[in-house]
Amino acid sequence: MEAIHNTAGAVNLKSQAELDALHRVMNAKAKRKKNIRTGGLLAANIVVAIIILLPLLYAVSVALMPSSELFTMDLNVLPKQPTLENFKNALENVPLLKFVLNSFVVAGIITIGQIITCSMAAFAFAFLDFKGKNVIFMLVMATMMIPGEATIISNYLTVSSWGWLDTYQVLIVPYLTSAMGIFLFRQFYMSFPISLYESAKLDGCGNIKFILKILMPLTKSAIGAMAVYTFINAWNMYMWPLLVTGSEAKRTVQIGISMLNSVDAQSITLMIAGVVIIIVPSISIFIVGQKQLIKGMFSGAVKG
Amino acid sequence: MKKKPSLLERTRAYGFLLPCILIFAIFLFYPFFKTIFLSLYKTNKMGQAKLFVGIGNYMDLLTSSSFYNSLKVTLIFVVIVVVGSMAIGLLGAVLCNKAFPGIRAFSTAYALPMAIASSSAAMIFKIILHPSVGILNKLTGLNINWVSDPKYALVCVAILTAWLNSGINFLYFSAGLGNIDESIYERASVDGASPIQQFFHLTLPGLSPIMFYTLVVNIIQAFQSFGQVKILTQGGPGESTNLIVYSIYRDAFFNYRFGSAAAQSVILFVIVMILTLVMFKIEKKGVKY
Repeated sequence: MEAIHNTAGAVNLKSQAELDALHRVMNAKAKRKKNIRTGGLLAANIVVAIIILLPLLYAVSVALMPSSELFTMDLNVLPKQPTLENFKNALENVPLLKFVLNSFVVAGIITIGQIITCSMAAFAFAFLDFKGKNVIFMLVMATMMIPGEATIISNYLTVSSWGWLDTYQVLIVPYLTSAMGIFLFRQFYMSFPISLYESAKLDGCGNIKFILKILMPLTKSAIGAMAVYTFINAWNMYMWPLLVTGSEAKRTVQIGISMLNSVDAQSITLMIAGVVIIIVPSISIFIVGQKQLIKGMFSGAVKG
Repeated sequence: MKKKPSLLERTRAYGFLLPCILIFAIFLFYPFFKTIFLSLYKTNKMGQAKLFVGIGNYMDLLTSSSFYNSLKVTLIFVVIVVVGSMAIGLLGAVLCNKAFPGIRAFSTAYALPMAIASSSAAMIFKIILHPSVGILNKLTGLNINWVSDPKYALVCVAILTAWLNSGINFLYFSAGLGNIDESIYERASVDGASPIQQFFHLTLPGLSPIMFYTLVVNIIQAFQSFGQVKILTQGGPGESTNLIVYSIYRDAFFNYRFGSAAAQSVILFVIVMILTLVMFKIEKKGVKY
């Protein structure tokens, strides 16, 4: 017994130094391996991200090129003499700022309007009791099955019979609510106990005050997600504004920019500069709101 | 007022629903039924129903080679777009699954296409694909007129759309990957599974709950593509990119055949409805993995 103990002790003693050394070697190996992996991951990400962003990077590059540089047979990825001339010309050739303003007004009102109408409806579905609640909710959800493109002809005929063509309201009113928004908000509201509503009511808090002072502050992340998503979609609308706006005064950016599309071929750089100008707002809002968007959309969906 | 609190309460509830219901009624339900109604008529140039033809418009469509072509190119288009956009989204999500320096910037890059309008993207691709000054021909040394050649036009529009739709897929897949338990990877590593084995045996099955949802959402979205066709190809060359929504637009607003356009809208609706029902069914059942 003792002998075995002794040898074991010796092995232990002997190995302490070796173990340390081994530890160090292994650590260094693991660290190197980890570094190589991180480096590989980083390299793969850089390659893929550049490919994904290539169309945008190329657009910026062309927008900065003098048009003479684009029309050569040489490979011209980057502008040799970058210029802001295209941006200036684009702003002069078409009333781009007017279009940007129109789009901001339209997308802004649609976003605020959707948040208001969807909060109201979701509140009714989550906290109030009334006849036909389930039927109405099913009807609202059923609207998600109707693609906007399938009703666009009838909608066009409707608004033109009202004399609404070429107005702000024709761009805004049809989009003032969304089944997805109602569903998202309701999902969040359902996670609150009904006693929240009842005690607020006992304290003399009216329904509207309850929505504004209690529900909205509690569902900031859902509202943020909705706002980013709705604004970007409204900013990027194409088919409806194409059909219902005719004059420059009411055109939104996406339709306005197609005006640059039809002018002569020499002005490609000018057109791309215009595209870059109108992409900037939607990308900025997306970058600022991305975290909010993910948090609001997926935390609600996963919990629900 | 205290006599009938329940009635008041009920009226209040309807009051809160009123804005939504009104808009849905006027701009979704009414036009939905009107479209079905129009699809049974021949119309005048103002879009007024003039002559009842029953299923005549549908019969005309079902015997028209142009409509079959439109369905065929839409189908090919949808397959390329869905496979492409899901592959790009998945690649990005897998690359951003483990923490490393700069991960936020890369996530933003992969999600970014979702912020870009189809029309803006189409104009950028128009230059990329331009036969003489476009960067694609210059880089590859080819001399192909991409959007004017019926062989390539559809593929080009589809790749552009796949790129546009990939951003939201990245978000879906990232959320899906976040739900997979990290420890199964550690155990698999210990057992000596290669990263490729791990991807096929752990990652893909782990994503299956969100995979079906993403698939159906993508198919529906691809069916509704319009702006890129309008700007890049106008349905041509020939009718090689005449996707169904573009065909509806052309029939209604160039040929003033609102009845036929309405019939095509109804067919589009039926396709989307079936896909949506499939999605709800799958969601309800809960995909097992």
